[in-house]
Amino acid sequence: MKNLLHFIVRFHFTILFIVFEIFCLLLLVNYNNYQKSQFLNSSNAISGGIYQKVSSVTDYLSLARTNEELNRENVRLRNLLKSSYSLSADSSFTFTDTLYKQQYIYRTAKIINNSVNKQLNYITLNKGKVHGIEREMAVVTDNGVVGVVKSVSENFSSVISLLNNRLRVSAKLKGNNYHGSLTWDGVDYRKALLKDIPFHVNIAKGDTIVTSGFSAIFPEGVQLGVVDEVLSSSGSNFQDVKVLLSNDFKSISYVKVVGDLMKEERLQLEEEAEE
Amino acid sequence: MNIILKNIIRFVVLVLIQVAILNNIQVSGFVNPYMYILFILLLPFEIPNWLLLVLSFFLGFSIDIFSGTVGMHASACVFMGYIRPYILNYLSLRDGYEVGTYPGIAHFGFAWFFKYALTLIVAHHTFLFVIEAFSFANFSETLMRIIFSTFFTLTLIITSQFLMFKK
Repeated sequence: MKNLLHFIVRFHFTILFIVFEIFCLLLLVNYNNYQKSQFLNSSNAISGGIYQKVSSVTDYLSLARTNEELNRENVRLRNLLKSSYSLSADSSFTFTDTLYKQQYIYRTAKIINNSVNKQLNYITLNKGKVHGIEREMAVVTDNGVVGVVKSVSENFSSVISLLNNRLRVSAKLKGNNYHGSLTWDGVDYRKALLKDIPFHVNIAKGDTIVTSGFSAIFPEGVQLGVVDEVLSSSGSNFQDVKVLLSNDFKSISYVKVVGDLMKEERLQLEEEAEE
Repeated sequence: MNIILKNIIRFVVLVLIQVAILNNIQVSGFVNPYMYILFILLLPFEIPNWLLLVLSFFLGFSIDIFSGTVGMHASACVFMGYIRPYILNYLSLRDGYEVGTYPGIAHFGFAWFFKYALTLIVAHHTFLFVIEAFSFANFSETLMRIIFSTFFTLTLIITSQFLMFKK
C-alpha cells in the first residue's frame, strides 16, 4: 500500500495526464457523432476480427455435429427431388384455353427394353393403360421420332420401333413439303429410307426430314433425320433418299408418348368421307 | 499586477479572440490557427504540474464548448500541458530559470521562444488534427493541415509577443 501510494505520488503527473486524456476521449467519443461512428467502426473491426479467429477454431470442434446435420438435410432434400418420384407419378395435365384447344398431350416414359439389331425391333416402356397410354400413340424424344405404341398392358406398353420394317411413317422434306414414306431398310440402325419423292425434286445432303402430319399418329413437324444420300434409280419416277436418323436408338432412355386428343374426331370424319 | 489575475485575464482574452475571430478563419480548410494555446505557453515556471494539466484541460474545454467539439481541444491541450515540463527541461538554460519569470520572449529572447513555441505548437496541432480526423487514412491531408496551421499559429503567437511585451 505504501509502495502504491509512493508510486502514485511519484508519477502523479503522468497518471493525472492519462486520467485527463481518457476523460477527454470519453467525452469526445460520447458527444461527437463523427468520432463516435469512427470509434464504433474500428472497435467493431477489432472485435469482429477476434470473433472470426475464435470461431475458426471452434468450428472444428463442432465439425462432427455439423456433418451430421448436413447429411440429414441432404437426405431430406434428396427425398424431395423429382427423381425420387418419377416412376409412380404421372405428370401429364390438361388445361383449358378458349383460343387454343389442346390437341396433343405428352407423357414421359422410360424405356425398359430396347433392341436395334433385329429386323423387327420393339421397345418396351414402363407406362401402360393406368398412365393413360393407348394404342397407336406416337413415341418421340426431343431429337425425333422413336416409334408407335403397338400394344398396352396395365403398367407397360410395347412400341414398334422406327427400326422395324413394318412401320411406315409419313414424312416430308421440311424445305418444300414434298412427302413420302419412311421405313427402315434393316441394314444400319442409324439410317432409314425415304421413298416416293418425285424425281424432279432437288434434294441436297443435309436437308431435314420431318413428319408430315398426314397420319393421325404423329404431330406435324417432328424431326426424323437429315438427308444422307440420294439414291436415284434410273427409269423410275421416284427417287429414294437415305436418311440419317436424328435419334440414336442405342442411347435413348427417356421418351415422350404423344396422345392426340382429336384423333377420334378425325378418324370418324375420314371414315365418313370414304363411305 | 498579480500574476494570477494576469493569467485569468489572459485566459479570457485568448479564448474570446479564438472563438470570436480565429475560428472564423477558414482558408481552404487547411489553415486553422489556434492562438489560444499561448496561454499554456506563458504559464509561469513555478506552476505545479497537476495545476498545469487542470488549467490546460479547462482551456481546451472552453474552446470545445464554443466550437461544439467536446473533448477534442481538451485532449490536445492536456497533451500539450503534459509535455511542457519536459520541453522546458530540455531547453533549460545553463543557470536554470529565474524565479518570477515566465517563458516568453521578454525574458528569454526570440530564438529560445521560437524553439519552445514551435515544439509545443507542433505537438498540440498534431494531436488535435489526428484526433479530429480520428483515423490515419488520408494522413497526408492531416499532415498538410498540421503544417499550415502550425505556421499561422506560430506567426500569430510571435507577433502578439512582440506587440504586447516590448521591452
